[in-house]
Amino acid sequence: MLKNEKAKTPVKPKQETVTKKPDTALQELQQKRERKNVLMQGNEAVALGALDAGVNFFAGYPITPSTEIAEILATELPKRGGVFVQMEDEIASICAITGASLAGAKSLTATSGPGFSLMQEGIGFAKITETPCVVVNVQRMGPSTGMPTSPAQGDIMQAKWGSHGDSPAIVLYPDSVKESYELTIRAVNLSEKYRTCVILLLDEVLGHMREAVRLPDMANVRVISRIKPTVPPHWYKHYDENQKYLSPLASYGEGYRFHVTGLTHDSHGFPTNKSSEAGEMMERLRKKISYNIRDLVQIESHQMEDAKIAIFAAGITARAAKAAIAMARFEGIKVGLLRPLTIWPFPDDAVRKMLRNVETVIVPELNQGQLIHEVQRLTKDKSESNLIALQRVNGQLITPNDILRKIKEVF
Amino acid sequence: MANYEVRLSGSGGQGLILAGIILARAAVIEKRRVTQTQSYGPESRGGYSRADVIISDDEIFFPEATNFNCLLALTQEACDVYLFDLRENGILIIDTTFVKNLALAAENTFELPFTDIAQEKLGSPISTNIMSLAFLVKITGIVKEESLKQSIAETVKPAFVELNHKAMEIGFELARKYKQ
Amino acid sequence: MANIPQRIIHEYLRHDKKFPHVWCAGCSNGIVLGAIIRAIASMNLDRDDIVMVSGIGCSSRMPVYVDFNTLHTLHGRSIAYATGVKLHKPHLKVIVVTGDGDCTAIGGNHLIHAARRNIDLKVILINNNIYGMTGGQCSPTTPHDAIATTAPYGNIEPDFNVCNLAMGAGASFVARTTAFHVQEMQGIIKDAMEHPGFSLIEVISACPVIYGRLNKKGGAPQMMKEFRDNSIPLAAVDKLPPEKVEGKIVRGILRREIRPEFCAQYASLVQRVQAMGGE
Repeated sequence: MLKNEKAKTPVKPKQETVTKKPDTALQELQQKRERKNVLMQGNEAVALGALDAGVNFFAGYPITPSTEIAEILATELPKRGGVFVQMEDEIASICAITGASLAGAKSLTATSGPGFSLMQEGIGFAKITETPCVVVNVQRMGPSTGMPTSPAQGDIMQAKWGSHGDSPAIVLYPDSVKESYELTIRAVNLSEKYRTCVILLLDEVLGHMREAVRLPDMANVRVISRIKPTVPPHWYKHYDENQKYLSPLASYGEGYRFHVTGLTHDSHGFPTNKSSEAGEMMERLRKKISYNIRDLVQIESHQMEDAKIAIFAAGITARAAKAAIAMARFEGIKVGLLRPLTIWPFPDDAVRKMLRNVETVIVPELNQGQLIHEVQRLTKDKSESNLIALQRVNGQLITPNDILRKIKEVF
Repeated sequence: MANYEVRLSGSGGQGLILAGIILARAAVIEKRRVTQTQSYGPESRGGYSRADVIISDDEIFFPEATNFNCLLALTQEACDVYLFDLRENGILIIDTTFVKNLALAAENTFELPFTDIAQEKLGSPISTNIMSLAFLVKITGIVKEESLKQSIAETVKPAFVELNHKAMEIGFELARKYKQ
Repeated sequence: MANIPQRIIHEYLRHDKKFPHVWCAGCSNGIVLGAIIRAIASMNLDRDDIVMVSGIGCSSRMPVYVDFNTLHTLHGRSIAYATGVKLHKPHLKVIVVTGDGDCTAIGGNHLIHAARRNIDLKVILINNNIYGMTGGQCSPTTPHDAIATTAPYGNIEPDFNVCNLAMGAGASFVARTTAFHVQEMQGIIKDAMEHPGFSLIEVISACPVIYGRLNKKGGAPQMMKEFRDNSIPLAAVDKLPPEKVEGKIVRGILRREIRPEFCAQYASLVQRVQAMGGE
């Protein structure tokens, strides 16, 4: 009897809440924005990217060097009818954005190393429950409190392995203010499409850096939103199996009355102890990423066509590399750069190709060796003779001259 | 034109990052490429602080100044630390209110007690940043005077535009006199 | 349909795959679940509009059994998740079911800040004085001198007065009852559901299998009798001499006051900002 009652229940349109303002108000605001070159900070670009991607819920906790993102959204979200809330800590922040997302919001939080560490359990929850959300981590030097206003690239591994248990990761890494804007939109889009917590890693320098940026017209901004179920509620499976592992997502309050749990669950979302169902769930999380690598991986190949030496670097270090390449090429040394914009899943194919085509690979990074191990994993010759590390963890950037010196050493 | 690298250095509270933003925005007004970065300690007041501005017509790869065309030093510590990265024939501008000891004077060194002048002419040291930036702009010619004026108007709060424009004019005037 | 209590409960449960439940015989959690369902049924609320959120622990297994929108979260974090749900869709009725360890130890920070904000969440804290699911460890509400597996020589710490904690943090609706006083519990839950603001209901409950055995409390009936005999209604407190109140469980609505609710405050902030023309 209950089943019949359920089947008859239509999906009711719910009353408008404060979070849903007419589209026109939003359009008006976006049209007002200047479409010319403006001086913009990396953190500001992230905030604007979030708004353009349709983020309407932010929960966060202040932390250098990401605080500007919260400050800007505290000003901008109420204008658009979105929610900004400062939570009691970073743990509460990741939980609140996950809860809001389950209620239908596009949600985002921003933090730095110490807060990112606190969020890890919640990130794992968002991943296992396949709830879209975005965590921006403007990296600072660690471990622990470290150097709050100094750059480091020490969270690359944490962004993938930070939460306990195996879990898929989508992690993006921009190298300019403009790209911070673009990759924020992409992060939100991917989180909605892949129903997972997407992480955007920024370097401290980039978060605080200003550059001239011309933002695209909204007409040219591609925004992806989650697919809503069209089946009647009693047919709805919260984790519907399909080829690409991308399944529709209902929201609370729309008649679907689904269950969400951090426990290992079946395709309806209910806890299970059956090993077959547990294995299926884990495979689903893995395949969601591995079956869609082409859609997820983005790389930049800079002057690699004739390169004998390749530099593999991300974020701000890649910019030092580009400057070094210009200087080296001036002296006739053929160097190129391979830069991952998607750092997880790791661009295995592009790196393999690079390793085939060059004699030496230099991996500069602001940590004690994280990216280099991934490159080494793909190296056939494990002697490491052609894989050169350049690492720095003292709060200073690796400069173009540092890289140039390394290039000349191996040339 | 190749990169033109400026470092504005001193201590927290001297408004150097704001000065950096104003210079960067002036370059944007002139449709140049620009990056502005900064480094500072945890203190809101005191401690070290610096802002780098790189202006170019080409793509700027590395955003931090490493080999300055121009260094502005408002404190002794800043001058001592950063002088070594000033390129040959680079321009050094120092505030002699605080920089008393100049062991390695560059050829193109401009010395003025900016903070004292601001105190005297504007009744407060608060606009030393804009005054010395205007001096720098006039000496180096890196951006046009009008661009700087417009950038100040776009950057500072409306209530402070007039004061900062005044400080700017004093800075220009000091540079004119200094050249003579 | 005849208003037979069993049938009402039956109607609100998820039947396929979700039973038998994980709770031991004699556990109070089922009594609380029944009271919640009856309170909601009596109010004719649309179950699509109800979200039940929980953390980790015996009591936090409750959401899986009920046919609402349900969210079983991380240890201690239920209130933080509930805050996100409620803020995005303020018209939803958000109920948090939690235990003493979940809510006052690992989740204590979220409890006090939600109370401070006065966000309209209904927190039902089932207090059995022990970590039951993990086998009997000491919690912040384990009484002084009581035995727990992590306090084998007797607990040397003082226990939290959960209601005082919530009131101190600014909760606008605070009540206490016991698993024995089912009708009273149902009425208090209904009152809390109607209250516009942060509500905390502490339900003193029995864990005969773990806490009861460790502390020689007898079985579930003995523990229920103790709740009956060792508790007094709030209205009686003033009429009794202090020595008769000492050590008793005081039941009833300890605070009910109207003050600005967080989602409403946020909505008016949005209105104010938008009236300024987005400047």
